[in-house]
Amino acid sequence: MDRLIYLDNAATTKCAPEALEAMLPYFTEYYGNPSSIYSLGAESKKAVSGARKIIAGSIHADPAEIYFTAGGSESDNWAIAATAEAYGDRGKHIITSKIEHHAVLHTCEYLQKRGFQITYIDVDENGIIKLEELEKAIRPDTILISIMFANNEIGTLQPIAQIGKLAKEHGILFHTDGVQAYGHVPIDVEELHIDLLSASGHKLYGPKGIGFLYIRKGVKIRSFIHGGAQERKRRAGTENVPGIVGFGAAVKKAFAGLEERAETERQLRDYLIAEIEAKIPHCRLNGDRKRRLPGNVNFSFRFIEGESLLIMLDMKKICASSGSACTSGSLDPSHVLLAIGLPHEIAHGSLRLTLSYENTKEELDYVVEAVSEIVEKLRKMSPLYEDFAKKGTEQE
Amino acid sequence: MYSEKVMDHFTNPRNMGEIENPSGVGTVGNAKCGDIMRIYLDIDENQVIRECTFKTFGCGAAVATSSMATELVKGKTIEEALKVTNKAVMEALDGLPPVKVHCSLLAEEAIHAALWDYAQKNKIEIQGLKKPKTDIHEEEEGEEEEY
Repeated sequence: MDRLIYLDNAATTKCAPEALEAMLPYFTEYYGNPSSIYSLGAESKKAVSGARKIIAGSIHADPAEIYFTAGGSESDNWAIAATAEAYGDRGKHIITSKIEHHAVLHTCEYLQKRGFQITYIDVDENGIIKLEELEKAIRPDTILISIMFANNEIGTLQPIAQIGKLAKEHGILFHTDGVQAYGHVPIDVEELHIDLLSASGHKLYGPKGIGFLYIRKGVKIRSFIHGGAQERKRRAGTENVPGIVGFGAAVKKAFAGLEERAETERQLRDYLIAEIEAKIPHCRLNGDRKRRLPGNVNFSFRFIEGESLLIMLDMKKICASSGSACTSGSLDPSHVLLAIGLPHEIAHGSLRLTLSYENTKEELDYVVEAVSEIVEKLRKMSPLYEDFAKKGTEQE
Repeated sequence: MYSEKVMDHFTNPRNMGEIENPSGVGTVGNAKCGDIMRIYLDIDENQVIRECTFKTFGCGAAVATSSMATELVKGKTIEEALKVTNKAVMEALDGLPPVKVHCSLLAEEAIHAALWDYAQKNKIEIQGLKKPKTDIHEEEEGEEEEY
């Protein structure tokens, strides 16, 4: 195939033309500072509040509860570190899970060094949080529960409604990292009792460098950046106006066709899963078959290593990702794959393919053929496969 | 991120495969870290390495260093082969990214492990060769998981 096949939409997405077009005038035409008095500034201010309104509406929040940030990692950092600081006199215990994004895990580790106690909840073999374990972990001094809405590697959707209910019953704040879920599955902060929600623009066909943190009215939380009245004094700095406008336009588009788009992706996803399972031996689907993001596919292929697979896919113009250690620069494979119980060598051989509604079955057929061919080639090179094959013939 | 030579040896690995009735086999590395290298040697009566092949589970750099290492020791005497260091392998590949340097160490160790195996089988001592520390040949039998 001549053209690029992009199957890494969980990493980032292509900016929607609607978002790009909406942004452009705010670079050269309406470049005023939203804080300025004159009408040029007022144009920018209007655009920012328009986007804020769209975004608030998409999660059943009030516009005053939406705080723009530079993206998902910032929102996660802010939500956790600042809540800890604001509620630290009430208690020093935080509950999170073993499969969170590093933006959450590393912030928790940072707090741990500063006197906080963190409980990391286990997940089952499909990557779903163990609710009973979560409930048992709650203590009188628990101030925050932070559990992601959907996992970035294996796509599992967490029981957010139950967790929200539990947190509410115990009077504990509930933060959810919604970076992968926002714009892909419906989120209602009221219904789900979410107090803090992190989201990012570039995972739903919006621009990079923009995200938001939803902070429920009444939640005490310290300012993240000091030095101005922007974002209700909680995050100072001149707003990223084009980014915010583009984010708003992307959200508008994403939510208008959410169900339809999700259905297209689910069909492509299940087709891809079925094809891989039918055509490539010794593979394992990681994550829950049903309770997973519409566009997420994650497989482990035994006896091979993920980085090799990615390089060879790249040579066939296929963009994908892996939980292999070599792709992260450390020696350990993905903490998510280890948390669902995969042995190290199998975690090293993982492949994540994340779809967009724009992918086609024809593309997926090409991808399955390519993966199958490469896996076979790498297995021929693998001493692990050699041992496995020899053991097999000895037994016969 | 990789040099052209690394990419060349990764995509067209030299001497990949097994040797039937090899003079020595060495397997090093561990699956935990995501790299396992196995080197097969065919050594003639004059202690010259006639054939050297490999099998590797690992990243692009691991495959490329294995491939290059086999090229570098082929045709050499045991004494000469012992002088093929990880540095030599890296240089021959026009360098490796810093996080991949351990792959080249593995290649050196794998050759040493195969030579050690040869020495053991023939009850000889090779001067300057130490017992490989990361040989995993014997361990972890069983522990199979079927899908």
